[in-house]
Amino acid sequence: MLMNLFKFKGGVKPPTNKTQSVTLPIAVAPIPSRLVVPLHQSIGGTPRPVVQAGDKVLKGQLIGEADGWISAAVHAPTSGTVLEVAMHTQPHPSGLDSLCVVIEPDGKDEWIARDLVDYKSMAPESVREKLQQSGVVGLGGAVFPTHGKLTASKTVPMDELVINGAECEPFITCDDLLMRERAEEVVRGIGIFRDLLQPKKVLIGIEDNKPEAAAAMRAAVEAVGEDFVVVQVPTLYPAGGAKQLIRVLTGKEVPASKRSTDLGVQCFNVATAYTAWRAIAQGEPVVSRLVTVTGNVGEPRNYEVLIGTPMDELLKLAHPHPDTDGIIMGGPMMGFLVPDRRVPVIKATNCLIAHDERLFPPKAPEMPCIRCGACARACPHELQPFEMYWFSRAKNFGKTQEYNIFDCIECGCCSFVCPSRIPLVQYFRFAKSEIWAREREKNAADQAKARFEFKQLREEREKAEKAEKLAKAAAAQAAKKAAEAAAAAAAPAESAAQPVAAEAAAPVTAPVPPAAAPATGDAEKAAKMATIEAAMARAKAQREAVQPKNTDNLTPEQQKAAADIEARRVAAHLIEPEPAQPAAPPDPKS
Amino acid sequence: MFAPAPFLLKDVSVSQVMIQVCVALIPGIAAYASLVGPAILVQLVIATLAALIAEALMLKVCRKPMALFLSDGSAIVTAWLIALTFPPLAPWWLIATGTAFAIVVAKHLYGGLGQNPFNPAMVAFAVCIVAFPALMSQWPSVGLQLGLIEQMNIILGWAPRVDALTGATPLDAMKTALKLGDGSFDVTTLLANQDIYGNFAGRGWEWVAAGYLLGGLWLWHRKLITWHVPVAFVASLSLISGALWIYNPSQFASPLFHLLSGGAMLGAFFIATDPVSGCTTPRGKLIFGAGCGLLAYIIRVFGGYPDGVAFAVLLMNLCAPVIDLLTQPPIFGMKDKA
Repeated sequence: MLMNLFKFKGGVKPPTNKTQSVTLPIAVAPIPSRLVVPLHQSIGGTPRPVVQAGDKVLKGQLIGEADGWISAAVHAPTSGTVLEVAMHTQPHPSGLDSLCVVIEPDGKDEWIARDLVDYKSMAPESVREKLQQSGVVGLGGAVFPTHGKLTASKTVPMDELVINGAECEPFITCDDLLMRERAEEVVRGIGIFRDLLQPKKVLIGIEDNKPEAAAAMRAAVEAVGEDFVVVQVPTLYPAGGAKQLIRVLTGKEVPASKRSTDLGVQCFNVATAYTAWRAIAQGEPVVSRLVTVTGNVGEPRNYEVLIGTPMDELLKLAHPHPDTDGIIMGGPMMGFLVPDRRVPVIKATNCLIAHDERLFPPKAPEMPCIRCGACARACPHELQPFEMYWFSRAKNFGKTQEYNIFDCIECGCCSFVCPSRIPLVQYFRFAKSEIWAREREKNAADQAKARFEFKQLREEREKAEKAEKLAKAAAAQAAKKAAEAAAAAAAPAESAAQPVAAEAAAPVTAPVPPAAAPATGDAEKAAKMATIEAAMARAKAQREAVQPKNTDNLTPEQQKAAADIEARRVAAHLIEPEPAQPAAPPDPKS
Repeated sequence: MFAPAPFLLKDVSVSQVMIQVCVALIPGIAAYASLVGPAILVQLVIATLAALIAEALMLKVCRKPMALFLSDGSAIVTAWLIALTFPPLAPWWLIATGTAFAIVVAKHLYGGLGQNPFNPAMVAFAVCIVAFPALMSQWPSVGLQLGLIEQMNIILGWAPRVDALTGATPLDAMKTALKLGDGSFDVTTLLANQDIYGNFAGRGWEWVAAGYLLGGLWLWHRKLITWHVPVAFVASLSLISGALWIYNPSQFASPLFHLLSGGAMLGAFFIATDPVSGCTTPRGKLIFGAGCGLLAYIIRVFGGYPDGVAFAVLLMNLCAPVIDLLTQPPIFGMKDKA
């Protein structure tokens, strides 16, 4: 079937380096001596550990429970004993630690009881829940929990479901091999997504440098009896970016500010479809994934690897050359050098590249930007990277946002073409993280301010109430006195007024107000006095709040008020925060 | 080990860009040399030396890595553009002073490579034509045939600068004649003077312009420049000159004459396309190029200077930041909003 394809602007053509790792079929990596399974492997909440040291676990047993809707469960990749639940270095450029379940395999690889169900009989909601409980996340690299993307927009009809088999990053071939060898399960997995989203059509996009994969997928679509369309798209990095592939196949452009379902389209990776099928039809949660092991190795190849396998153990299988000086996780365009070779393979690990200086020569020194605009012409999101660079460098983050820095997908095209070898993407990541940090700071300060203002309001209200009470008491007192006085005055008046009472009721009552007047006047005076007193008390309290008299013997309440004021000043950039005294810690009481 | 992605980089560099610009200038230089003799080559050498010395000095003063920046080639491009826009028999110190001024003031005092708001070569031209109007107007007489030694003697000041050696440029000659305004001259009779004028414009200068055009097209083919600036420059210059030419062909020369005269082609392909001082957005480049063409025409025809490209480019350099700001292209996914 011939299809009218669309183009996205920009893009680059780095050498693909894919042929090295497609010559051998997928191999199953042996169970390593130890598995370190991080709990936080997807976008969203960090799963809560449900096992502890010493527990025996079976393959596929839940070890981390999803925390919230946007979160996905984590499972034991094989059977064995939990050694510890502790912090370990993550495969992340930061090299930070996070909570991991460390398992010593028993070598039996014994599965937990798997419930085989016919998903067609399941309610859509329970299919989504099952996917969440099986830890199915986007395996293209973004690891967004898949169930969270399987709800169509309520207002926009679902036109297309785009399945991403483009795999545009150089070196990576795990999706290629998956489609070649396991196309039928991929197609069945796509069927699940189709049933949940009910799109008008399903388009499977594969870059035209993978004819074998496209042929296998076409055959599988036919064999399963689906009407999915397999489309070969031009090889142009980053055609495998979700937004670029959606653009190429449907002509729709999804801006950063919108969800793709708002435009009636959704996109999933082929490997995600595969794991969704395994999870739903076989009851197998995501405990392994395909990883391309390539680069400076003797035998580049794709492996089915248990999640949690240390990277150095996996790399050994491919016989890395001795001059290997690092491991890149992901592709050479968007990947990163892992901080420690022993970090585990996680759900986001699609590729390990043994790094050496022959494959990736050290970069020439950075030069000033000459505004040649090559980056703008290469940017698939049609941004002006050199302007964003300029303002990122100047830390003028407001301007970077005016130039739409949050539409940047960090694909690296701009850095790739830059004649001045400026690491543009690094600058953009820096600017983004600074903006996020400032936003967090601002929110914290706003909260502190709101808390402080509420406290002031409450105190004032309490004072006013107290004053009112006093005034009331005084008024009551005065009224009582007035009543007594009036009663005393009324007694003699009664006898004198009696003869004329019948003819003039008004004059009779008339003398009463003058008599009562001094009494009510007293009450008014007392109330006024009380109000004045209250106002003075309020002013005093305000003065006390403004003037720090003695900072040595402050009550906790006063200290908090001072800290809050300090936090506000910091937020307003009036002063630099004092390192010794961090801005107001959030008060658990309020 | 710290190395951010991407790990693969295209094989490009600033010096490669600059070298290719120099290569693209060669056809024009060849035609120029065959027209005026080896003097222009001497001037290129003087300008290059002056530029490199000034650059080295400023790099030292600014404490920037010497080898890295000296080899980026940007100073050489500036030097060559200066040599190609100054009169070929100008004294050596004029070219050297202009070049040094371009590198020291127009480039490094503004922050060096990539920071200059004005095209340094055009700053040099503007400064020198204001400071030394006579020297900057002495162009070699047409048909003047001097050997290398004689030309070098003139440039280095060892031989007297006799008036017979120099004359007005074809553009200037036409302007002066037409400004007499006694009606005794019209464009057609002027162009019939085959001493100065060839088939289209100044005799021989047509071929220099053609050489620049050829080099410019090669730059475009190599994707070092986009089509926007040259096309807009040529289009606006053709439109304004064409309109006035149709209005009064006896007083105004044809578009072809203007395109092939003075610095039009050099300006359209090599000077107005300078990315540092010019516009960067596609629409901005169109406005920038069109503005350069229009201003160049107005200055060269109605102004007091023999050619208007330098001032046109500088004036548009002033406007470039605002033009860029106002012509930001819509981004991916936001086109219906823009």
